[in-house]
Formats: sequence, C-alpha cells, structure tokens
Amino acid sequence: MTDLSRRGFIKLTGAGLAASSLGALGFGFTGEALAASVRPFKLTHATETRNTCTYCSVACGILIYSLGDRAKNAKSNIIHIEGDPDHPVNRGTLCPKGSALLDIVHAPTRLHFPKYRAPGTNEFKQVSWDFALTRIATLMKQDRDANFIAKNDAGTTVNRWLSTGMLAASAASNEAAYLTWKVARAFGMLVFDNQARV
Amino acid sequence: MADLQSQDYIRRSASTMTPPSIRNHEQEVAKLIDVSRCIGCKACQSACMEWNNLRPEIGHFEGSYDNPHDLDPSTWTLMRFTEWEDEEGNLEWLIRKDGCMHCEDPGCLKACPAPGAIVQYANGIVDFISENCIGCGYCVKGCPFNIPRINPVDHKSYKCTLCSDRVGVGLEPACVKACPTGAIMFGSKSDMTVWAGERIEELKSRGFSNAGLYDPPGVSGTHVMYVLHHADRPSIYAGLPDRPQISGFVGAWKGILKPVALAGIAFTAVAGFFHWVVAGPNEVQPEDEAEARHLLHKGDDAP
Amino acid sequence: MTNTWQDIKNANVVLVMGGNAAEAHPCGFKWVIEAKIENGAKLVVVDPRFTRTASVADVYAPIRPGTDIAFLSGVIRYLLEKDRIQHEYVRAFTNAGLIVKEGFGFEDGLFTGYKEDTHSYDRSSWDYELDENGFAKADNTWQHPRCVMNLMRKHVDRYTPEMVSRICGTPQDKYLQICELIASTSAPEKALTSLFALGWTQHSVGAQNIRTMAMVQLLLGNIGVAGGGMNALRGHSNIQGLTDIGLLSNAMPGYMTLATDNEPSFETYMKTRLFKPLLPGQTSYWQNYRKFFVSFQKALYGGAARADNDWAYDWLPKVDKGLYDIIRAFDMMANGEINGYICQGFNPMQAFPDRGKIRKALGKLKFLVVMDPLDTETSRFWEDFGPQNPSDPASIQTEVFQLPTTCFAEENGTLVNSARWLQWHWKAADAPGEAQTDIWIMSGIYHRMREMYRKDGGAFPDPILNLSWNYTKPAEPDPEELAKEMNGRALTDLKDATGAVTVHAGRLLDGFAQLRDDGTTASGCWIFTGSFTEMGNQMARRDATDPREQGIAPNWAWSWPANRRILYNRASADVAGKAWNPQKPIIEWNGSLWTGIDVPDYAPTIKPSDSIGPFIMNAEGMGRLFARDQMAEGPFPEHYEPFESPSENVLHPKVKSNPAARVFASDRAAFGNATDFPYVATTYRLTEHFHYWTKHALINAVLQPEEFIEIGEVLAKEKGIEQGGWVRLSSKRGVIVCKAYVTKRIKPLLVDGKPTHVIGVPIHWGFTGQARKGYGANTLTPSVGDANTQTPEFKAFLVNIEKTSAPVA
Repeated sequence: MTDLSRRGFIKLTGAGLAASSLGALGFGFTGEALAASVRPFKLTHATETRNTCTYCSVACGILIYSLGDRAKNAKSNIIHIEGDPDHPVNRGTLCPKGSALLDIVHAPTRLHFPKYRAPGTNEFKQVSWDFALTRIATLMKQDRDANFIAKNDAGTTVNRWLSTGMLAASAASNEAAYLTWKVARAFGMLVFDNQARV
Repeated sequence: MADLQSQDYIRRSASTMTPPSIRNHEQEVAKLIDVSRCIGCKACQSACMEWNNLRPEIGHFEGSYDNPHDLDPSTWTLMRFTEWEDEEGNLEWLIRKDGCMHCEDPGCLKACPAPGAIVQYANGIVDFISENCIGCGYCVKGCPFNIPRINPVDHKSYKCTLCSDRVGVGLEPACVKACPTGAIMFGSKSDMTVWAGERIEELKSRGFSNAGLYDPPGVSGTHVMYVLHHADRPSIYAGLPDRPQISGFVGAWKGILKPVALAGIAFTAVAGFFHWVVAGPNEVQPEDEAEARHLLHKGDDAP
Repeated sequence: MTNTWQDIKNANVVLVMGGNAAEAHPCGFKWVIEAKIENGAKLVVVDPRFTRTASVADVYAPIRPGTDIAFLSGVIRYLLEKDRIQHEYVRAFTNAGLIVKEGFGFEDGLFTGYKEDTHSYDRSSWDYELDENGFAKADNTWQHPRCVMNLMRKHVDRYTPEMVSRICGTPQDKYLQICELIASTSAPEKALTSLFALGWTQHSVGAQNIRTMAMVQLLLGNIGVAGGGMNALRGHSNIQGLTDIGLLSNAMPGYMTLATDNEPSFETYMKTRLFKPLLPGQTSYWQNYRKFFVSFQKALYGGAARADNDWAYDWLPKVDKGLYDIIRAFDMMANGEINGYICQGFNPMQAFPDRGKIRKALGKLKFLVVMDPLDTETSRFWEDFGPQNPSDPASIQTEVFQLPTTCFAEENGTLVNSARWLQWHWKAADAPGEAQTDIWIMSGIYHRMREMYRKDGGAFPDPILNLSWNYTKPAEPDPEELAKEMNGRALTDLKDATGAVTVHAGRLLDGFAQLRDDGTTASGCWIFTGSFTEMGNQMARRDATDPREQGIAPNWAWSWPANRRILYNRASADVAGKAWNPQKPIIEWNGSLWTGIDVPDYAPTIKPSDSIGPFIMNAEGMGRLFARDQMAEGPFPEHYEPFESPSENVLHPKVKSNPAARVFASDRAAFGNATDFPYVATTYRLTEHFHYWTKHALINAVLQPEEFIEIGEVLAKEKGIEQGGWVRLSSKRGVIVCKAYVTKRIKPLLVDGKPTHVIGVPIHWGFTGQARKGYGANTLTPSVGDANTQTPEFKAFLVNIEKTSAPVA
C-alpha cells in the first residue's frame, strides 16, 4: 500500500469498477464447473516422418508431423516440425530457422506451377510442364549445336559447351546432384558451379 | 489431459470454491534459463511461435536485435539484448529470454477478478483460461515481471503456458526442446535447483564471483528460474526486477478496493455491461443481466 | 570437417576465427558449450565484431577483416620461438624435415617464379629435393638450412607481436594471451579445435587463411586427435555432397578432376593423376585413380565405355582455362558470351558479388531457367521493384522459366553434412500444386534433348545418346537406384588371386578397395562406395550408440570414406601406436592390429614400424607445412591486403594484394579507393535467417524483419548517425539505404597508427518473400575471388556511409 499514489488509487478504482461489475455480472459464473483447460495435444495421431533440416550442414535430424495416418483417403499435410531427439548431433534441438521449417514448407511464396516470361514482357504466365521443358530443351539444343567446341585450336578433342551454364543446388540430395552431373556433363557443360563458395 | 485436468488445480482466480486437492503428490516442474550459455539465437521464440500457432506481425528494425520489439498477445517469449560494459569497460552482451516466470505466488492470479480465468496447476504452471478471461488487464498490473498482454481484438489476456499441452503428455516445453545450447533446461524444480548449483560453481571457477540463481522469494520462488553470471545485479539483464514483489495494487484490490468497487456497482454495472457488449465478441443474454442483479445482493464471492 | 560435430566436446581450447559458429551453426555449437562445461575448455573468438559467439567466449579479440594470415603467422612464430610445438608429432607426421630444392626463395612479397604478365607463378621451384630414386631428401634433425622447418621459421620471422598488432589492429596483450592459450595445446594429451567457415574462405587469400591454421594445428599435433582438427563448418545442407560429387566446373565425383587441354589422351591424363609416393612405402592413395576413373566411366556410359575407346575418355569435356566459376561465368555473361543459364535452387541475384553486374548480365541471356521451391529474385530480375530492383522489362529480351520444385520434406534422398555423414531422409508429404523433384525435371530436359538428337542429330551426340539410364522409372529415377549406382556394383564375377569369386556379378560393392580398372566394376562416386551395400542402405542407419561417449557414433548413418569419422586418425597415436591422449584414444596398435572406436586411415594390419604416414592422400604421406606446388600464391602463406583496403601492405608495399589473384578488367575498374570509401565493410549472416530463403518464412521474417547495417558508436557519433536511424551506405559498385544499428560491439581498430572503422553488413534482404524489401549486401561487394578457388571477397571491402532521411514510402 505504501507505494500506491493517490493518482494510482483513483485509476485503479476506475478500472476496478468496470472489471468487478463484469465479474459480478457473472460472465465467468456459468463456468463455475471446472472444465478441462489445457489445450489438447495436437500430435496424438499425426504421422511422424524422419528427415534432415534443409538449411545448414550441421544436418540436424527432424521429425515432420503430418495430418492424417496415410490412409488412402487422407491427404498428408505437414502441421508441425521439431527436432529428432535420437540424432547424435542436434539431440532434439533446432535453431530459429529449423524451428520454423513449417513456415518455409508452407511459405506463401512457394511456387505451385511452371511459369514463363516471354521476351520484353512484364509478366509471368502459367504454362504446362510439357511446354516449359520442350521449349527449354529446344533452346538448349539450338545453342549447343551452334556453339559446341569439339576441338580446340591445337586440334585436341575437347568436346565442351561453354555458351550455356548451370548452377547446381546445394540443398538438393546426392541423388539429384549425381543425376544432374550426369546430364550436364553428357551435354559437355563446363560453366557449372554450386554454392560451395557463397 | 489425464494429469492436468481440473483436479490438478491448486489455485483459481476469483473463486470461492476450494480446488479439488486429493491429488497432492505431483512433482513441481521448473524451467531453468542459464543466461551464461545463451547465444541469443531466438530458437526459443521460433519454437514457441511454431508450436503455439502464433504469428505476430512483421515489425521493423528498431535499433536492436529485440524482435518483435516487445511481448505481445502472440509473442509469449522474447530475447532481450543488452550491451553492457562493466566498470573496467569490458563488454558483455547480456541476452535474456523474457516471458512468464510461473510464480509460486502468482500476482496475476491474485489480481484477477474473473473467476477461473487464471489457474495454477499442482505442477506449478500458471495458465490463463481464455474462456473465463474478461480482458480487464488486472493480471498485467498484478504481474511483477510485466508479462501478460491483452489482445485488443478479442479482449483476452495472453502469456506463456509453459506449454501445458506438452507437459500434460509428458513432453518438455517447445522452447526447452529447441534450445541449441542447452541454455534452457526443464525438469523437476528440485533437479533444476541442483543443476543450477553446479552451473553456478562452474561460473565462479571462470571468474564470475557473483554468479547465482534467480528464484525470487518475493513471489515465493518461480517455476522459471535464471542462472545469472551477475546475480547481484539482475536489473542489468534488460530490467529483470532486482526484488520482485506482488504490486501494492493487488494488495489494495484484495483488501479495500474490491468491496469499494462492488459497492459502486449499483451505479456503474449497466454502463460497464454495455461497454463489455460493445467491446466483447460474445452475445449476452437477458438472464445474465438478471444474474448480475442477483449477485449484487449476494456480495463479494471472491476469496 | 576432419572430425565430427560432437567431437568438439573433447577439445581443451576452441578457436572460432573465420566464422561465427554460435550464430551460423547453433545446434553444432552446443558441443562447444559442452566442451566448456564438461571438459573445462576455453573458448577463444577472434572476429572484427563482438558476435553472438563472442558473447559466450572466455577470450575475445578484435581483428581487422582480411588480416588473419598475419595473425596466424604470428602464432606460428610464437610457437617456434617459445618452442611450444609437439616435437614427436611434427617429426613423424609432417614434412618439417624434408629438404626443399635449391632455387626456391621469397623476396619482397613474391615467391620465386612469378610471371608479371599473367599474374601467376611458375611453381617448379616449389618442391622437394629428390634423391636418385625420386624420393624426397630429408633431415629429421632439422639442421639443414633448406629443410621445411628452417624455411618456415625464416618466413614467419617478420610476424612479430608488434607487426601483428600493426597489421591486424588487435591489441598486443589480447593477441599474446591468445597465443599462450593456443600454445597450451601443444601438450600431447591436449587438443585445440579450429572452427571456421566463410569468414576465412571469402577473401582473396581464403585458401591460405585456412592453410595457415592447418599449419598451426600440425605444429601443435592437433590433427587426427579427439577434440582437434580443422573443421570447416560449411554452409548449405548438402554443400558437402555437391562438392563430393563434383558439381563444380572442373570437378568429378570423388575429387577426381576433368582433363585439361594439355591432356589429349587418357594416358597423359593418368600420368598427372596417379601420384607416385614421394617417400618409400607410402600409401599415396591416388595410386588407385585409374580404378576410380574407369569404374566411374562404366557407371556413366555402361557398355559404351570400353578399353578400346579409353573408357570414353574423350566424351567428358576438357577444361581450357582455370575454372568456369561464378565470377568468370557472370563476366562472360556480361560480355554476351553466354546464352543460356540454369539456376537449380540457386539465387545469384542475391548470392553473387556486384549485384548491378549480375542484373545486367542476366539481361543479356537468351534464356534463363530457374528451378526453385521459392519465388526468387533471380527469376524476377527483369521485373521493376523500385529502388531495390530498378528495371525496364520491355528492354530485356531474356526468356525466363520459373519451375516449381519440391523441398526437403517432399522427397527421399541423402544429404552429406559437414562431418561427411551421408544421412538418408524420407518424404513426409506431396509437394504443392504441380511442383516436381529436381530428378524429374533434369530427366525431363535430358529425355527431350536425347530424343531430338536421336531424331535430328546435332553436335557430338554420342555422350547424350549413350548415357547410362537403366532405371525402373526412367522419367523419374528412384533415389535408391541412384544411390546404389553411386555406391557401385560388380559387372562380372570378381575373383581374387586364387580364382575364387569374391563378389558375384551384379552385387553391390562393400568398399572402394574392390574397384577395378579393367571395366569389371562400376561406381558413380568411389568415396561413397560402402554406403549402399547388399546389407542395405547404410545411410539410413539410426543406431546412435557412442562408445565411451566420445562423439563418434559409428553406426549412425554412414560417413565417407569407408565410414571413417575422424580423418587422419592414425595421427591420434604416437609413432609406436599408443594414443597421445590415453583418456581419449581413437585407434591404437594392439601388437597385431589397429583397433579402436573408428575405422583406421589404412589397412588395420599395417605395422607402426612400417612408418606409413597418416596423410594417405599426399604423396609423401605427411602433413604439409610446405605446400609444394598446390597453392596459387605460394607454398607458405603470406599476408596480402584485401583488394579494397585502407592500409598499405607494411611488409612489402610494392606487392599489396594477392599477386596470383585473377581479376577481370571490368571488375578491377570497379574497385574503390580509401579516399572515396574510407571504411572497411564486411558481410555476414544473422542467426535468424538462412541466406535468402528464410525471408520467405513468416516466423523468421518476424524475428529479423528489416535490412540494417551495424556501426560502432565512435563512427556513428562522427557521422551524426542515430540509433535505428537511416543511412546511405555506398561502395564503388552501388548504394543501399537502410537503418543503422549503433553498437558497442564494433570498435575502431588502431591499424598502422590510424583508427580504422569497420561496418557490418548482414546479407539477408531482397525484394521477394515476406520480410521487408531490401537492397541486399551484394549491391556493394567487389567481384574478385580467392586465387585458388575464386571464392568472392565478401569479407573485406571499402564503403562510405552518410546519414540520410527515411525513404518516401
């Protein structure tokens, strides 16, 4: 009571009136019977899938929880991601990025459809996969056929293609990376790099 | 909710009823925040938002790493960063995870006029029951740590639940699990106190002679405790109260103001009621009004 | 990493320099905290800024960006002067006693063999003196004036504590305190672990930064031991895997390299790849190169790779000049020499230096293909986003394809972490909309091109038409099938010397020792052999058992090579095979075998008395204090200033910056000077964000919403900049306008008598995603790379800063 100023007292009384009247009016009264108050645990029957965090190369083990039990009529939807306590490195922990993996899976800026921007235009238009891949393959073949270097000036067979390049994804799996290597080198690509340096 | 259903309440705000108390053999839990091993990565904030399905607004850069800039109805925990130089000019970057302390003697609960809006479970967790909350803000005034926040949209008060839904099924809170460096630990209050002692010894061996445990007696101890390297000066950690106590306002409310306020209800109840209807989202039935009149004559039913 | 993440807990001293482990790798950093608490370790942080790592350090010292070699060369000098090296280790396991050729020298900042016209070296003098059998001459008493030990001693002699402080701006007392802590781990049973990342690599002397520390570690006897090692923390989740599989301009899977124009035939190629031992009896594992190469070609081309066509040697492209790295690629693009570009999960508009140049270069492409789960800046480079991306779409003729891909949660496969663990992961849900896997997309492009070549012919179709594609589902090969292809299998029954069948035809191989050079085995990546065997998918193993809780967990997933968890573990034991640290042995000789908790570096039956070195990939089997001809700028590290620096090179003013660096003319013209741009800037990551991805994730956008830079209080006061106020930060290449964080954590450094201010520029903001729009740090950064790897110099460049007003919304 000692540090209660006159001004504070008045303010408090005012607030007290409004609140007391509401309490006394009984808006909590009907709830006198004690209800279960704790939020229901949301993962009880969710499907758990083991995966690896997509960000840095600590490669923390993660548990992905998805809605549905993989029954035929249930469409899996990821509802929560947390650390894998068995993993020897992260032992269940996750950093602020890993803890928010759910928001990258469901980012509003995730891409859903192939899109194409024609020369000089100011928009992306949705296209079919077949259009996109056929057009890309056609452009690549035209460029390769026009610029492929079979022999260098000294007459050595070099079989390289320098006028189209590629950056490979350092978050792609080994399997995707290996297949990418096969395809890029079969074409003769040398302008080929990844995120190792940046 | 097998072990956290209503029979596990030990306190309930503004209620005459005695909480069922036969379940008297429950371990008290505690979260121990070891500030000396915290790197301020905000994994706890991230995990808290993710688990509790909270998404505050995207704010601005405001001259520090504190983001969001303050606790709010959907920010239940927050890293507070302080660049602090000691007397010799040595820089320390003090980083404290702020959030509900789950006091043993909770000022919010004592201040709360809404029956059953704030409860304390036998394991020590202090939880807000939104169904009963009237958004009056007394919990904010009653809290010695300035934690609860009222949502202006739904007029409910919000704060950390210590992940009562996870603890209820035998899991640690989300922030505890995520913490990369083990700066947040969770277990029985006695285990956490022992572990804190070991940490303090280690810190003293590294030259932090004032290392200590923050488990303030002014609120009869807390279920969220800190290991501080400078336990002699809690306030250098972004204003952690040196000697927290339940505010004089709460004493006033319980001792004098509540009867005074109730006496005034005859004049103000109707105004307050309409205020609530305008501000609150719920429908109000005429029988509620009748019950209010009945209550007026019945007097103060709060403990 | 030579060691594992958990092994960090065994360290006595943890040195975080050239990185910010707490901030960039929080979950790995827990093992540093564990070392402190459970092992009494001291954490030392050397960084231009007082970072989140520094906030839990025992000792912090500031350093001017780009001067780490001077600091560490001073440490070497300290160790030698005070005789705080691990003598027995250095004598047995390093090349300290080998004698260097007459004619090698160093003068006024240049090693012998410099060619002014090409900014490169003739490295022929950088080698050992050989005896009549072709073996390196040695003097293990270290008396010979040209033995590596004495040349090194002479080389580092200039790096006195006064000189280090003058160059680095590090106060001498802090520097000497750190020297002493580092030196304490020269005791045989003590270890220091070096944790580093882009803070060392992103310099024009990046590779030499790391080399200098590796030399320190060799002198201390800290390589191969528990709690020791050189631990590159690395960046993306599978950057290690992409490096292992060789998705780099001149690389092949398993650290083989593509042929160059100087290697017209398979035999000339093999001649430079098959390392001959430089000391008698050494393992020199690259002796097996032909087995790896032939097996790889069999995986790639199957029956079309035959002995009579040199295993299709000519079907692989040959490299004509150095690397076609990102800096060269975008210089070519800016010059109109590149027509098409594919960005697979990669965002060069944000990630590459000199954003203005990147934007201009992309606009010269005929077509750009972006495969990504997210709406990246690169895919929208042509779109006008105001000051953060000014553009006139009508003038840009590039066709752009934006292809939606799956993310980690929507596919099966393996990632390799920085500790070389291959960990399998499982799909949890379908991708949104029509998003597809990279495997499906690459297969789709390949099949369409193959059909066109089959039907219409075209330039050299052989490798395209003959590429091996024996998958159950050709349109989208199963990751398990691809993993098995990388592991490798027997193509015919493999027999031992007695004629007994050791591996049946078609069976998966157990290890790379089974690979052959006669076309009877196939393996897509020899270092992964053993990862997917007849026993099943070893990468999916989940047994976390950890003997003695020493941080090895040998049965969790699978580690290359051969499931070895700690590289060079032979060096964890003394010459006789007893552990240097009896409390934490890794492998020991039990009289007949090497036994312990890890897979030994070489055959477990090789006796210690055979004196076979632990560094089996080096021709002399030893750790190199003298790098021979392997580095572009010299066999010993030398301090060179960043290309943009406010200071002279006080050691040799005529040779200021890396003399062997490759700088393109237009990039050189875009370097600024200290008169116009007087402050040192450095870029970095914040813990709340991962590169340019997490600004698309709402929670991370909340945690760090808006672009800012960090400056010290002294400079802020000088320039009238307020806390959280708006500033205009400029380099010769561009301008960003953002808020300022005025902090006590950056203080002016006294460099060569002058106060030098450092400005910190976090990298994460762009113009797509949920966080507030930003310009991006690469608007400012210079386009020059490390002389060996071409890693861009993001960590040290020059800027100017002015107070400004808030932009009009």
